[in-house]
Amino acid sequence: MTAKDHPEEPEFAALLEDSPVDLYENAPCGYVSTLMDGRIVKINQTLLTWLGRARDEVVGRMRFADLLTVGGKLYHETHFAPLLRMQGEIGGIALELRTAAGGRLPVLVTSKVRVGPDGRPLLIRSTVFDGGDRRAYEIELLRAREEAETARALADRAREAAQAERRRLQDVLATLRRSLVPPALPDVPGLEAVAHYHTASPDDLGGDFYDLYPLGDGRWGFFLGDVSGHGPGAAAVASLARYTLRASAMHDPDPTSLLAILNTAMYDRQVDEETYYCTVIAGMLTRTGDGFAVTFAGGGHPSPILLRAGGGADYLPTTGGVLIGLLPEAPSVTVHAELRPGDTLLFYTDGLIEARTADGSGDDGRYGDQALLAFAGRIAPATPAAAIAAMTGLLEELGEGVDDDTALLALGVAPDPDAPTRA
Amino acid sequence: MDVRSRNNVRVIGPQDGRVVMLAHGFGCDQNLWRLVAPVLAQEFRVVLFDYVGSGRSDLAAWSEERYATLDGYAADVLDICRDLDLRDLVFVGHSVSAMVGVMSAAREPGRFAGLVLLVPSPRYVDDEGYRGGFSAEDIDELLASLEANYLGWSATMAPLIMGNPDRPELGEELTNSFCRTDPNIARAFARATFLSDSRADLAGVQVPTLILDCAEDMIAPREVGAYVHQAITGSRLVTLAATGHCPQLSAPDATAAAIAAFTRESM
Repeated sequence: MTAKDHPEEPEFAALLEDSPVDLYENAPCGYVSTLMDGRIVKINQTLLTWLGRARDEVVGRMRFADLLTVGGKLYHETHFAPLLRMQGEIGGIALELRTAAGGRLPVLVTSKVRVGPDGRPLLIRSTVFDGGDRRAYEIELLRAREEAETARALADRAREAAQAERRRLQDVLATLRRSLVPPALPDVPGLEAVAHYHTASPDDLGGDFYDLYPLGDGRWGFFLGDVSGHGPGAAAVASLARYTLRASAMHDPDPTSLLAILNTAMYDRQVDEETYYCTVIAGMLTRTGDGFAVTFAGGGHPSPILLRAGGGADYLPTTGGVLIGLLPEAPSVTVHAELRPGDTLLFYTDGLIEARTADGSGDDGRYGDQALLAFAGRIAPATPAAAIAAMTGLLEELGEGVDDDTALLALGVAPDPDAPTRA
Repeated sequence: MDVRSRNNVRVIGPQDGRVVMLAHGFGCDQNLWRLVAPVLAQEFRVVLFDYVGSGRSDLAAWSEERYATLDGYAADVLDICRDLDLRDLVFVGHSVSAMVGVMSAAREPGRFAGLVLLVPSPRYVDDEGYRGGFSAEDIDELLASLEANYLGWSATMAPLIMGNPDRPELGEELTNSFCRTDPNIARAFARATFLSDSRADLAGVQVPTLILDCAEDMIAPREVGAYVHQAITGSRLVTLAATGHCPQLSAPDATAAAIAAFTRESM
């Protein structure tokens, strides 16, 4: 474009006929040329202005690295200079210039080696762009990244601490849970006894408890119960119930008396604490020939199921007994039964029948006592071990639907080897 | 991965020649020896390598614990010596690698016939009665410069390029590849280098030692070269007519000639 194209705008001519010297000196970026050893031989006015230095201070007196901060010099010597030597050029390197007044000027430097006709490197030409905004932006990014890393490290530590705390709590809970049941059931001659404790969550405590213990004279006592609610409070009450029943049975093993004593102990404890109550079945076994006579009293507890030697299953109802610990008096219901060879009597807590079914079937979406009876009918006759195995399988099938702990206790007499087995 | 691949070891020159091992310093990789190695290889068996974390070494072998101090780098040197069964070697260490050589020779003195310490510094940060040339703040500024310049390193490309020395085409076309380093690794190497203090190791050097410094070098100024010379009994100091911290690039002929002369003497 020449002035001739736009005769009506003569000022174009003045603008476009810029001298090369002015283009160099007052370019919008810094120019600097150095010998291969870094000595500055030429520098433009823009860069001198940025540096706040006079030309004769710099040319022939300073090296390019002298314009940099000390850290920048280190970087220049270990990265910039060797790369430039090896590649002949290097671009967009972020460095900081040191101004005469002591200030810092973030810049982006691009350098190229000019080679003579014989292939020997002659000098280095560099352009220097103001990198202030770019550097500020990058520093923001770096700071954001560092903050994110710090936050992540903190979160990791917090999670680890929480996990350790959870493991510790689970250990404590497991210890408490073990205190509610005997480590192993005693060996009762002529009787097969199998128990199972299903833990719904390692992070919580149910208040289920059971025991089987000798009373002397060939008699044995047992109980199985469930304290209302969850957590350490429920577990503490379950522990109280277990030891009250065990200790009282030494004086008077009669199931009805035991429940009355337990009711008094729990009711007296209620005064100003959260109200806990429990459902319990307490009983006594007496050897009779090839079987056992069993007497038990129920206080508000689900009725046990008898799996008969000849097949089929029935509830032995304890309905009518009231919850233990809620009222000053708690009338219980006593049941007498005979355990013949091949019979198994199954006690359980309501975690099983209260389990939510996956398909919402059953009593209000709960597994329910009718389904349990039908299940028991299908597996009868069954030894206590077989019955517990089947019930454990059922609990597994119900899976997450079992949201409360469940205790199972099965008492039975080995089948008569001569008895005909059901097909 | 074996040591040769791990450290991208390259051996050139006559099989029966005296072994000259060239160790790069902080910043770039074995390419820094590109003008010196071919000259030496006419006469000697030249061993080149990249420290784990640098160049085309296997990044998977890098760990912060091992490479947080110069001991880890000396362990790399000795691993390579054992793997290649190198004996009577002349070790040439550039910059921080000079001190890595001093440490390696102290651990297995039997292997080393001589040390060439190229622009060495036993301590970069000033101390009472000692001038290394830098303050702790200067080192922080360097770390900031490392953060600001990734030099062609990219997290997505690195797995392709690193540990694949058999496929140079993967990396060579990229600019700045000779100094390409994972920023975390570069930071660890910078700390190991510039926060080290190897002054106490110098008195233990038992092998013939040549110190090469430059007429003008802001990282290892002449007074530091003189300090190293004075601290190693029987050492020789030669000042190259070169500027900057990489005389193997800026004055390759003089550097190669000095190394060759010393190596011949050590035979």
